[in-house]
Amino acid sequence: MVTEYALRMGDGKRVFLTREKILSEIEAGSGNAADLGEIPDLSADEIDRLAEILMMPGKAVSVEQGMEVPVTHDIGTIRLDGDQGNSGVGIPSSRLVSCMTHERAFGADTMELGHIDYSFKPVKPVVANECQAMEVCQQNMIIPLFYGAMPNMGLYYTPDGPFENPGDLMKAFKIDKAKDSMEHAAEHLTRDTVWVMQKLFASGADGVNFDTTAAAGDADMYGTLNAVKTLRALYPEMYIEMGMAGEMVLGMHGELEYDGVRLAGLWPHEQAPLAATAGANVFGPVVNTNTSKTSAWNLARAVTFIKAAVEASSIPCHVNMGMGVGGIPMLETPPVDAVTRASKAMVEIAGVDGI
Amino acid sequence: MPISHIMASGMTGIRAAGDLVARMEFSKNMRIGEAKEYVAKKLNVDTMDLSDEHIMRELREELDIGVITSVPGAAKGIAAKMNIEKLLDIKINSCETFRAQIA
Repeated sequence: MVTEYALRMGDGKRVFLTREKILSEIEAGSGNAADLGEIPDLSADEIDRLAEILMMPGKAVSVEQGMEVPVTHDIGTIRLDGDQGNSGVGIPSSRLVSCMTHERAFGADTMELGHIDYSFKPVKPVVANECQAMEVCQQNMIIPLFYGAMPNMGLYYTPDGPFENPGDLMKAFKIDKAKDSMEHAAEHLTRDTVWVMQKLFASGADGVNFDTTAAAGDADMYGTLNAVKTLRALYPEMYIEMGMAGEMVLGMHGELEYDGVRLAGLWPHEQAPLAATAGANVFGPVVNTNTSKTSAWNLARAVTFIKAAVEASSIPCHVNMGMGVGGIPMLETPPVDAVTRASKAMVEIAGVDGI
Repeated sequence: MPISHIMASGMTGIRAAGDLVARMEFSKNMRIGEAKEYVAKKLNVDTMDLSDEHIMRELREELDIGVITSVPGAAKGIAAKMNIEKLLDIKINSCETFRAQIA
């Protein structure tokens, strides 16, 4: 009888695969990343190592002792007190309680404070409240405490914001107007995030986590990179983490460049150097999970992309490994077996500096 | 899920020395190996010890840089971070802000 191993599909459902099937899925996943990113495939040794990790008998696995890395957190306190829309678990608690719970009960290496909407733009009217919360938390916390939010440039377009929606303009073939709208939105994104972080840094924040950069495409990344550059010039000591929204920067505008590099179509190993040039301390690369593929395929693909990003980066890389990215299945309660295997593979094969 | 990551790969924060290694990555752009070497040298321990709760618990208490349980009289919050500043030879923004307020 052929031995089969319990793995997961990208949506979390359990599947049973033979060793041969696992190896062929790893080769296919790695090959997909190599083709798209024009980066090296995993080596034969790395493929064997990844298969070994996936076939380990225990439910939870872990890195070898001595290979542990710091774990940073996006979404922050909303994880506890937020609603299901933010994958929060709805525990009524103050943000101070949530921060201290992460530090003293969960063993978090860093933590972040964030607004319930988790976007920079809605923070503006309530920034004083955010500053007050940051001051109270910093008085009590020991681990690095960031202010985290999404650039979320979509909020600058109608009906939520002042600029005409480029999607509507493009549908009417008003391409130049759509590009103008994106450029204006990017300018406001830079201005708002810098203003918010000036206030938070004056209130003692260790730094900022730009979470889901480029969610609205290349102009979103353009605005964020400029915000990082401005903050770095103003505050040489500020901790700045720039995490991405997806594996490839969508070319909604198509012609925007940063430091002479066109942003549209960049893959993680091409994004990392730009984050460093702008002044980020840590880069958070993303690789999306395909729900129709196995965890062997998804994890091999993610490890191949992230390994290339780690090698191309001059700053530490903390890979995004939430629900639906980094080889993690796409569901709100990702199985522990899949999470711990992905975690181990990213550290031991991709060589990440953190998660 | 975050707890799964912490258990599988994390340095477990102030249970061990995860916060200290993270601070060196963020304050000096140090990659993981360099950050661990730096912190281990400052603490006079091996890099392997940085994730060892048994070693770090006693050491953190001795250095007064914050421990996970509420020890009466031990440095907490800003006070612990001021001791971390001296230990790692770095500046921490909240400590700078605090000093500016009492000056």
